[in-house]
Amino acid sequence: MSISLDEVRKVALLSRIALTDDEEERFAAQLNDILDYVEQLNELDVEGVEPTTRAIDVSNVMRQDAHSTYENREGLLNNAPDRDEDFFKVPKILNG
Amino acid sequence: MASIRELHQQLVSKERSAVEIAQEALNHIEKTEPSVKSFLAVTADHAIAQAKQVDDKIAAGEEIGPLAGIPIGIKDNMCTKGVKTTCASKMLENFVPPYESTVTQKLIDAGAVMVGKTNLDEFAMGSSTENSAYHTTNNPWDLACVPGGSSGGSAASVAAQECVVSIGSDTGGSIRQPASFCGVVGMKPTYGLVSRYGLVAFASSLDQIGPFSRSVEDSALLLEAIAGYDPKDSTSLKVDVPSYAKSLRPDFRPKGKLKVGVIKETFGTGADKAVEEAVEKAVELLQELGAEIQVISCPRFQYGLPTYYIIAPSEASANLARYDGVKYGFRAEEGENLLDMYCKTRAAGFGPEVKRRIAVGTYALSAGYYDAYYLKAQKARTLIKKDFEAAFAKVDVLISPTAPTTAFRAGEKADDPIAMYLSDLMTIPVNLAGLPALSIPCGFDEGGMPIGMQIIGNVLREDQVLEVAHVYEQAAEWYKRVPQILA
Repeated sequence: MSISLDEVRKVALLSRIALTDDEEERFAAQLNDILDYVEQLNELDVEGVEPTTRAIDVSNVMRQDAHSTYENREGLLNNAPDRDEDFFKVPKILNG
Repeated sequence: MASIRELHQQLVSKERSAVEIAQEALNHIEKTEPSVKSFLAVTADHAIAQAKQVDDKIAAGEEIGPLAGIPIGIKDNMCTKGVKTTCASKMLENFVPPYESTVTQKLIDAGAVMVGKTNLDEFAMGSSTENSAYHTTNNPWDLACVPGGSSGGSAASVAAQECVVSIGSDTGGSIRQPASFCGVVGMKPTYGLVSRYGLVAFASSLDQIGPFSRSVEDSALLLEAIAGYDPKDSTSLKVDVPSYAKSLRPDFRPKGKLKVGVIKETFGTGADKAVEEAVEKAVELLQELGAEIQVISCPRFQYGLPTYYIIAPSEASANLARYDGVKYGFRAEEGENLLDMYCKTRAAGFGPEVKRRIAVGTYALSAGYYDAYYLKAQKARTLIKKDFEAAFAKVDVLISPTAPTTAFRAGEKADDPIAMYLSDLMTIPVNLAGLPALSIPCGFDEGGMPIGMQIIGNVLREDQVLEVAHVYEQAAEWYKRVPQILA
């Protein structure tokens, strides 16, 4: 399987990462190398094999759906790159 | 620097104070850091304040635990309240966690003295610590070589004796491979034994926190302190933590009872000759010491690496979606709108390897490719796990080299992702199966670089892994060698 420049651009947009032209080219080559490498898995017969999602099975962990107040509100908000009082501030969402 | 037990003895006999021990570690760090560069931040004030509390307890006649007053390094992907946690990424350059990770909280409660946050590959993605956005770390045995990774700073800090023990995290070998490269003991526990709460997530079904130390006993003591059920981690196992250190014995008793399997597929597949010979010699020694040796086949072992390089990036692409320049971390300034701001923030905030893995994961999970990649990898994971299950029906522990080579030179593999990934060939299958495993020094190559042997245990059999490692360590005595920079 080979990944084209267009596919790299699509993946970059899905990943929300802006790539330069240089990076697109380099990534296309490197992603192809990585995908070629993982092609080895086609040698394995996985017919009828159950997928493993986690190594050690743990049953669902349940707790009361009870709310509590987080004490360090300022500590959280202080980490924001931009804030307006108690809100996270972001650039405009829609153009126009 | 002395062992945990020796320092504990000095503290309770009032031969030395915790502040004196902390100051000694900080002085040594000042001397060695310019050449080794293990730390992203040295937390001197913090260390002295913690040490004072221990001294107050001793003065008040209170009993102290084994870790009280012990200088420790913490990998900088564990949240420490009020102390910057960067993950060696520009993305978290100014991130000050408003909460404490469970592991560091347990260490604080145990009285351990954090001397600094250690360097790593950005977001723990890498095998050489060269992917740190801040600086590289140098191998204390040869400063031109890498310390391994991603927990390279934690491994180097212990090898350079800048702290007695340290904490790392291991997703595909990130504790064991740097332990091997730096000639120290490093252990990845069973998935779920140590809480991941406050560990910055990379690949959640694989990540696990564990200890680094110069002796097996010190790793056993540190593991006891950090292990245990935590309601804040939904994958945490509800099990009692045994006293690993107390059950360590100087030899195998009774002889012939302990069955050791050597994984056939990890030999003759491109590992350095010196590495294979050292591990073979170690196995011979284990046999002389009374272990029963068998050769065991894990036919799907080699598929661990391709399986991992689908599963880990897929999980990473989802986990790292949170770095959007809104709630915390870096934000690129020139964003025209929200989408543009996301794309520019992530372009400038992440380094190349992190971007590469996010891209691979996004691709593998995207519409049309899920079955071909992610689902297939999860099925391969089942087969790899089954090989281990079959092996542990026959033996108590499994042995392989930890890494195919000794530490390579800085820059050697920096432009070739696949060559870099291959250094985790032997460690990755263990994470896929969730098993405990440890790397222990088992010799040196011609250039004087340390070689590591991996000892893998069955689920929650950390006790057996530590037992084998301890008996071997006491007989082989590799710990007597120290890096030249300390001589």
